[in-house]
Amino acid sequence: MSIAAPAKAASIADGYRARTLKRVAMTLGAAVCLLLTLTMDVITGPADLSFWRTFTVILNPSVATVQEEVIIWDLRLPIACMAIAVGAMLGVAGAEMQTILNNPLADPFTLGLSSAASFGAALAIVLGWSVIPNVGGLFVTVNAFVLAMLTSLSLFGFTKLRGVTPEAMILVGIAMLFTFNALLAFLQYGATELQLAQIVFWQLGSLARATWAKVGVCLAVLAIVLPYFIHRSWALTALRMGEEKAASLGVNVSLLRLSVLAGVSLLSATAVSFVGAIAFVGLVGPHIARIIVGEDQRGFLPMSALAGALILSGTSIASKAITPGVVYPIGMITSLIGIPFFISLILGQRRKHWQ
Amino acid sequence: MTGLRVKNLSFSYGARPVLRDINVSPLKPGSLTALIGPNASGKSTLFRCIAGLLKPSAGEVWLDQTDLSTLRQKPRLQRICIMPQFFAANAALTVFDVVLMAHKNLSGWRVSPEDVATVADALDAGGISHLADAYIGELSGGQAQLVSVAQSLVRRSDVYLFDEPTSALDLRHQLDVLGQIRSQMIARDAVGVVALHDLNLAARFADRLVLLGDGFIRAQGPPSEVLSTSELASVYGVDIQVAQGPKQEISVHAYSP
Repeated sequence: MSIAAPAKAASIADGYRARTLKRVAMTLGAAVCLLLTLTMDVITGPADLSFWRTFTVILNPSVATVQEEVIIWDLRLPIACMAIAVGAMLGVAGAEMQTILNNPLADPFTLGLSSAASFGAALAIVLGWSVIPNVGGLFVTVNAFVLAMLTSLSLFGFTKLRGVTPEAMILVGIAMLFTFNALLAFLQYGATELQLAQIVFWQLGSLARATWAKVGVCLAVLAIVLPYFIHRSWALTALRMGEEKAASLGVNVSLLRLSVLAGVSLLSATAVSFVGAIAFVGLVGPHIARIIVGEDQRGFLPMSALAGALILSGTSIASKAITPGVVYPIGMITSLIGIPFFISLILGQRRKHWQ
Repeated sequence: MTGLRVKNLSFSYGARPVLRDINVSPLKPGSLTALIGPNASGKSTLFRCIAGLLKPSAGEVWLDQTDLSTLRQKPRLQRICIMPQFFAANAALTVFDVVLMAHKNLSGWRVSPEDVATVADALDAGGISHLADAYIGELSGGQAQLVSVAQSLVRRSDVYLFDEPTSALDLRHQLDVLGQIRSQMIARDAVGVVALHDLNLAARFADRLVLLGDGFIRAQGPPSEVLSTSELASVYGVDIQVAQGPKQEISVHAYSP
C-alpha cells in the first residue's frame, strides 16, 4: 500500500484539478452565453433596427437619430441589463435560500416576500397609500419593497421566539404568504376594474419599467450582498453537510442563517419591487447550477447568478419574439419556456441530490 | 504538557441533568481514550461540552495551561476537532469536496496544490481514495462514516473527539479505523477520545477507559481495571464476564441477567 499510495494520491489530485477546470470552463461558457443573450436582447424588438445599425449606435451614440437613441439607450439597453441584474439577484437569492432552509423547494418567495410585495403594490394602486411619504411616482415600488422587508423582519422576530430552524422559518413564512394573499384578495374585491387590471399586470412581472437608475440600484444591492455571501461560502457549503457538522467546524449556524436571510431578503425585495413577482427564476436557476457544477459554493454561487441571469435574459428575448410587435409580461414567459427545459434537465440527470 | 482535563463539569437540558460533576483525570497527548457507557448516558453531551458546542452549567475544561472557556468558538474548534455522530447529507458535493472543506476550515477560496495533495493523502490514508469523485448522497452508511473520519483526520488539532466512529462499519473497517486513529494520535502527539459501544474494541485500542453511567463517571483507568469493576455490570444492567485471551487480549462477554 505504501508504494502504491503516492501514485493514487496523485491521480486523485489530477481528478480534482480536472473537475475544477471543467467547473471554471462551464462558468466561462455561461458568461459567454449571457453575452450572446444580452446582444440578442438589444438587437430584437418591435422597432425594426438592423444588427449593424444597433451596434453602430451603441459604439458611437453621436450618429444616432433621436428615435434610435431613445429606443436603444433608453429602452432596450436598460431592459436588457435589468433582465440580467434581476436574474442574477433572484438566482443568488434562491441558491442561498435553498441552502439555509435545507429545502429544494425554497425560493426567494417561499417566506411570503412576494405576496407581501404584491400586497404593498396593491395598497398603492387601490388606496393610493404610500407607506413612506414623499416618494413621488415610485410609491408602488417603494410600497412593495417596504412590505417585503417588513415581512422578513417579522420573520426574524419569530425566530427569536421559536429558534432559527428551517422548519420554524418555513412554517412562519407560509403563514405570511397566506395572510398577505388574503389581504390582497380584500383589496382586489374592493378595487375598480382598472385598478384590478393594474394589480394583475404588476403581478405578472414586467421589465418594461426598467430605467438606468433601477439597474444601478440592483447592481448596488448585488455589490453589497455578494461579497458577504462569497465571504461565508465555505460556511454555507459546510451547512449542506448538516447543522452538527457545520457547527463542529466553528460555524455559528443561527447567525449564518439570519445574516444570509437578511441578504436574500434585500436581494429579492429589490428585485420583486422593480419587476414584479417572477418566482420561477429563483427556484430553477440554482437547480440548474447544482446539476452543472455541484454545491461547492465557489462554483454554485457564480453559476446560480449566471443561470438566473440567462433565464431572465432569454425570457426577455422570447417575450418579444412570440408575437411580433407585442411584448408579453415576463412572468408569464419564464414558466412557460423554462419548465419544459427544467423537466428535461431533471429527467436527464443521473444523480438525485434531494430525496 | 498536561493534556486534556475536565473538572467538575455539569450540564442539564432544561431541568433534566445529563452530566453531573464530571471529573476526567488528565488525558495525555499521544494516547487514545475510549468513552464507554450505555445509550443516553451522556457521551455525546460530554463531547459537545468539551468542544464548546454546548455550554456547561458548571465546571471547566482545560487543555494544557488553557481554560478552554476563555477561547472564542472558532479557535477552540481549531484546537478541538469533534466528529459528530450523525452524517446525513444529500448534497451535490463529492467526497473530495467535503474533505477539502474540512481541511480549508472556512478560510479563503483559493485551493493550493498543497491543499489538494493533503486531501488526496487523507483520502488515501482512510482507504477511500476510490470514492473521491462519488457524491456524498450515494455513499452507504459505512462509507459515509469513513468519510467523516477522514474529515476529522485531515485537520490539525490538539484534541480529537470521535463520536462512535465505527457504529456503521464492518469488522475489518472497525479495526482499520481504530488502528488509524490510534496511530495518528501517537504520530501527532494529540489527545484522542472515541465514544464506543463495543467494549472489546475499546479494550483493544484504548490506553484508558472512561465509563459513563446516568451522567456520572462510574470508573476510569486502564482497560483491565475498568472492565473488572463491578460498576460495569451495574451500569449496563447485564452480567459480564471478562476473559484474558491467549495473546493477553481482553475479551468481554455480556449475558442477559
